[in-house]
Amino acid sequence: MKLVALKPGKRTLLLALGALGFIAAFVWLLTTRGPLAPVGVEIARVTRTDLSPAVYGIGTVEARRAYAVGPTQAGRLLQVWVDQGDRVRAGQLLAEIDPVDLLQRGEAAASAAARARQTAQAAQAQVAEAASRVRLAQANHARYQALAKQGFVAQEMADSRRNEAAAAEAALAAARANASGAQRDISRAEAESRGIQQVSNNLKLLSPIDGVVTAREAEPGTTVVAGQAVLRLVDPGQLWVRARVDQARAQGVTVGQVADIVLRSAPGTAMPGKVARIELQSDAVTEERIIDVAFDPPPAQLYLAELAEVTIRLPGARNVLAVPRAALAQFKGQTGVWQVVDGRARFQPVQPGVQTAEQVQIVSGLSAGDNLVVYSARQLDDGVRVSEQRLTPQ
Amino acid sequence: MINLAGRDIAHHLKSYLLTGLGLGLLIGVTLTMAGVYRGMVDDAKVLLRAVDADIWVVQQNTLGPFAEPSSVPDDLYRALAGLAGVAQTGNVSYLTMQVSHQGKSQRVMVAGYEPGKPGGPSFLVAGRPIARAHYEAVADAKTGLEVGDRVRIRRNDYTVVGLTRRMVSSGGDPMLFIPLKDAQEAQFLKDNDAIVEDRQRLAANPAINRPGQPGVLDAVQAIQTSSHKVNAVLLRLHPGTDARALATTIARWQRFTAYTRADMEDILIAKLIATAARQIGLFLMILAVVSAAIVAFIIYTMTLGKIKEIAVLKLIGTRDRTIAAMIMQEALGLGIIGFFVGKFAATLWAPAFPKYVLLETGDAGRAFVLTLVVCALASLLAIRAALKIDPAEAIGG
Repeated sequence: MKLVALKPGKRTLLLALGALGFIAAFVWLLTTRGPLAPVGVEIARVTRTDLSPAVYGIGTVEARRAYAVGPTQAGRLLQVWVDQGDRVRAGQLLAEIDPVDLLQRGEAAASAAARARQTAQAAQAQVAEAASRVRLAQANHARYQALAKQGFVAQEMADSRRNEAAAAEAALAAARANASGAQRDISRAEAESRGIQQVSNNLKLLSPIDGVVTAREAEPGTTVVAGQAVLRLVDPGQLWVRARVDQARAQGVTVGQVADIVLRSAPGTAMPGKVARIELQSDAVTEERIIDVAFDPPPAQLYLAELAEVTIRLPGARNVLAVPRAALAQFKGQTGVWQVVDGRARFQPVQPGVQTAEQVQIVSGLSAGDNLVVYSARQLDDGVRVSEQRLTPQ
Repeated sequence: MINLAGRDIAHHLKSYLLTGLGLGLLIGVTLTMAGVYRGMVDDAKVLLRAVDADIWVVQQNTLGPFAEPSSVPDDLYRALAGLAGVAQTGNVSYLTMQVSHQGKSQRVMVAGYEPGKPGGPSFLVAGRPIARAHYEAVADAKTGLEVGDRVRIRRNDYTVVGLTRRMVSSGGDPMLFIPLKDAQEAQFLKDNDAIVEDRQRLAANPAINRPGQPGVLDAVQAIQTSSHKVNAVLLRLHPGTDARALATTIARWQRFTAYTRADMEDILIAKLIATAARQIGLFLMILAVVSAAIVAFIIYTMTLGKIKEIAVLKLIGTRDRTIAAMIMQEALGLGIIGFFVGKFAATLWAPAFPKYVLLETGDAGRAFVLTLVVCALASLLAIRAALKIDPAEAIGG
């Protein structure tokens, strides 16, 4: 059909319709895709719901108490009797330090003690001897005193016998003092011997607890210094997760709350646990609070320093106004949500409350059933035209 | 007074419309090229706009976290938060790397930020914001990731919990937002082999691994695997605070370089994308000149193709003015059709480009005026040629 064959009126009409159709398509394109298009937003409503917030942290499996067994003075390791993974009992001999000359010093002390006993015996014999001399001198003294009184001997002889008696008594006292001194010598020598025995015991490293050896850090022949750990022990029944929780999110955590623990080696299984302790000393550099979460019940096998994720369940809020967390936005320094008013976006400041992963409580600013913008195709500004559409792909 | 242009077009409607379509595609290509240029400049600015920080504090004497590497301590924000006028502070870290997902590897910029503080995405198109302190991510829709996907960055797997749109780095790479501590670890912590080797090197160093001091080696190894550095600190100021004055104060007394938002835009546009922008700008100019030349040539040829008809018109006594009006109207009509077809086509195919194409109305308006001017000038040339035609040619002379 040739255009020129048509009547002029019809022709003009056709051309006009064609031009109009094109302009309509053009305008449609500009208003839906171009710069004049309104911003697509997805709307949701404020609902009343129960919120059960949780606090999340990551940490490592650690022992409540860690024991490092080592010598109190420098020495050379003689023997190590246990290895990593061995179960030990309290008091069990774990390792020995080389005593060097301690054995010989012990023998010397024992000999000194024996000698002291014999010296004491000799002193005792001397006491007996002095006692017998005293008896003789005293008898002489009494005899001569009687004789002198009757005038049969000179006074000088009686005096000298009295002198002998006194001297013999003094000698007895001296011998007795010697004897008790010799006894003291025995105690001293024995104490020295016991002291060397104690030092020798100190060189034996005993286990402080019933537990498991986690590290054997020095081998026989190594020189160890005072305070260096030779073996490390833990009590396997006292393992927990030492979790770090961001301080900004740690509010509301108390001892006794139920928690889920996920180990890195078993990422699909959540093990039950309980908050055992919240450490008073937080980490100032990383701004984290340290929370110890115990396994409840303790599992059969745990590995120290394994990474674990902890989710502590906080007491929830019942029947509160809540909106999706994606709806919270910041505008001009305020927290709030965007609402659609007469086809335009308006910012409504709100006060948020308890937060879970998906939702946040609205304390004030909105009422139940209000509409609000959850997702937007572009950054919203006050007063931009918006149109409701479905943004999330199904 | 008959309208010669209308009748002439009506007689040759198909070829007229096809010529208009051809011109339109050419104009569309030029508009798209202008859109590519504008899109590149917008890419450089979009992150600054979305993050909405008034001051960027970076390592001293460096050009900020994007143009040059910058490393500042992560507790610097405490000193800055105390300055008068500062409303909010936020640590951020940026790392461009390849991430692979389901066999496809693509270049993304991994951004670390603290939820609730400046530095994160300002709106979402799906999912929810990051709730936990570790191992969650918000991705830009251009990465092709969906909510619930797991993506591996360095040593850990991150679950994508939310999607955003139009969050790209200045180079056009889509962004992936993860918690700051994870980003610090990704940027500064090496892989296991490197860590083990570093430990062995330290253990072999007699100055550190002394026999009488068993604790020193452990302490030094712990320092090596910890990182407390970020790339920049963002500040949002109270309304009415002078950003320039505060930036100067920070630079002078804290001795860290501080850029206002205008400075950052200047750095990104004038320094980071300058060469690429000039490249495209030059091509755009050449394309515009060539398009103008082709438009002029087409109109001129179209007129010359009607020599016989114009000669006949002159023979039957048509005034010069009428003929000139016909040529001018046809040329302008062609220009108008070409422009609208071009704008239509450019708007239709712009979203298909891998990088952002920004078609501004100002550019479209300028293109419209330019098209009409070129068509008018070309028609003037054609009119001059037409008026010189000898009417005798109509009868084969």
